[in-house]
Amino acid sequence: MNSERWAPILFGIVGLMIWQGAVIFLHVPAYVLPGPIAIIQAFFADWQSLLLSLVATLAIAAASLFAAALLGIILALGMAASRWARAAIQPWAVVLQVTPVVALAPLIIIWVHQQFLALVVCATIVGFFPVLSYTAAGLAATPPALLDLFRLNGASRWQIVFWLRLPSALPYFLAGLRIAGTLALVGAVVAEFVASSGGFASGLAGRILEAGYRLEIPRMFAALALLALAGIAIYAALGAFERAILKRVGATSL
Amino acid sequence: MLAARGVTRRFDDGTVALKGVDLTIADGAFVVLLGPSGCGKSTLLRLLAGLDQPDDGRIIWDAGAKPRSGEIGFVFQDATLLPWADATENVFLPLRLAGRSLSDSRAEITELLAKLGLTGFERTKPAGLSGGMRMRVSIARAMIGRPRLLLMDEPFAALDEFTRHRLQNDLRTLWQETGMTVVFVTHSIYEAAFLASQVVIMTPRPGQIATIRPGIEQTIESRRTDPEMVALVGAISADVARMMPTS
Repeated sequence: MNSERWAPILFGIVGLMIWQGAVIFLHVPAYVLPGPIAIIQAFFADWQSLLLSLVATLAIAAASLFAAALLGIILALGMAASRWARAAIQPWAVVLQVTPVVALAPLIIIWVHQQFLALVVCATIVGFFPVLSYTAAGLAATPPALLDLFRLNGASRWQIVFWLRLPSALPYFLAGLRIAGTLALVGAVVAEFVASSGGFASGLAGRILEAGYRLEIPRMFAALALLALAGIAIYAALGAFERAILKRVGATSL
Repeated sequence: MLAARGVTRRFDDGTVALKGVDLTIADGAFVVLLGPSGCGKSTLLRLLAGLDQPDDGRIIWDAGAKPRSGEIGFVFQDATLLPWADATENVFLPLRLAGRSLSDSRAEITELLAKLGLTGFERTKPAGLSGGMRMRVSIARAMIGRPRLLLMDEPFAALDEFTRHRLQNDLRTLWQETGMTVVFVTHSIYEAAFLASQVVIMTPRPGQIATIRPGIEQTIESRRTDPEMVALVGAISADVARMMPTS
């Protein structure tokens, strides 16, 4: 067994022990910095509400990841189909990417009346860009010799797309999806923060804000820890999904 | 069967890849285009395949009949197989594009793979095949549609010497059995002498035809060490030496 695999876990445990020790010996008040034990206690004191909020946030992240994947593929296919479409789409995708979603979110929440949908739109804006850029790169990286071979055998435009370009782009798409997964979670939480000020508070961001107002700092940390764990889980799950699919089709990861 | 008449090809950056190339390729010939890297051999092959168009001159098919899709087989320098498809599916590709079903074609594919020494590897994906085996699959893919013309662009350049010898033997046998026309690009004098029924020696950029030399008709067994073969290698080497600019 590779001992390096355990290094991050060991590092984390030692870090937590130092943290707990410092909090005890330096008499740090819990409303400034609670120790890990206080945070765990806060979680168990309120676990139902926290987990429900986590589910609400994950639902937004999952829906927006799905939307981001779909949107990313469709736009990438459009960009691959014609130079004109590429020139038209690419700069606007970048504009959407560089505009902070926290600045766009209030507008979207005003425009889209259904709260869940509004949050999904926000998180999709954050998540779709890696899918789009990776898939577009993958579609463009089709080996020229294979394109020649398809043309030589009279392949139609659609046969080239579905039998060659899309399967060739699969490793790229999956790499983009892995990044989009964590970004969708970030986007969901950011949008929730904005929406919380308007009274929407079912997600984890709502719990964090609420705990902040009430100075329940251990509970705030518990929500934060849940969020971090969810992010790691999404990344790991998409990574495993990627490896499983690529193993099945016999391709290698990017 | 087909001919190039005064074919010139210039690229966007101003390089002249081919200049006034005249070449007639007879039915059933094994034409080897021999020349240094960058002499336009591959460009000529792409023009013959119709994958590229000449700036001047024409590619003429006999009776003006342009080949239908599938009548030209092309083997690239790399095997360029679909990594997600097994050997059978890779060979099936041209037939699939022609609208045939795999169940109808499977027997034919298995037979061709056997002829190329790939029995037992029908369901293996490219990642599980050696370089030589991948090239064999690539050759099978080019031949499955029984093309009238097989174009090969330095197909064995990336293989080790032993594998290359075996594939050269197999290719010559296939050519003799099928009677198809082959145009084969290489920069190996030995390979040209061994394979060709006609060796076309090309000059460095701009690519022009320097010499055309008939090959030798012999069986494979005697060919590699035959005095005639050695003489041909020597003659081609002398042609190449005359053509290359002295440094």
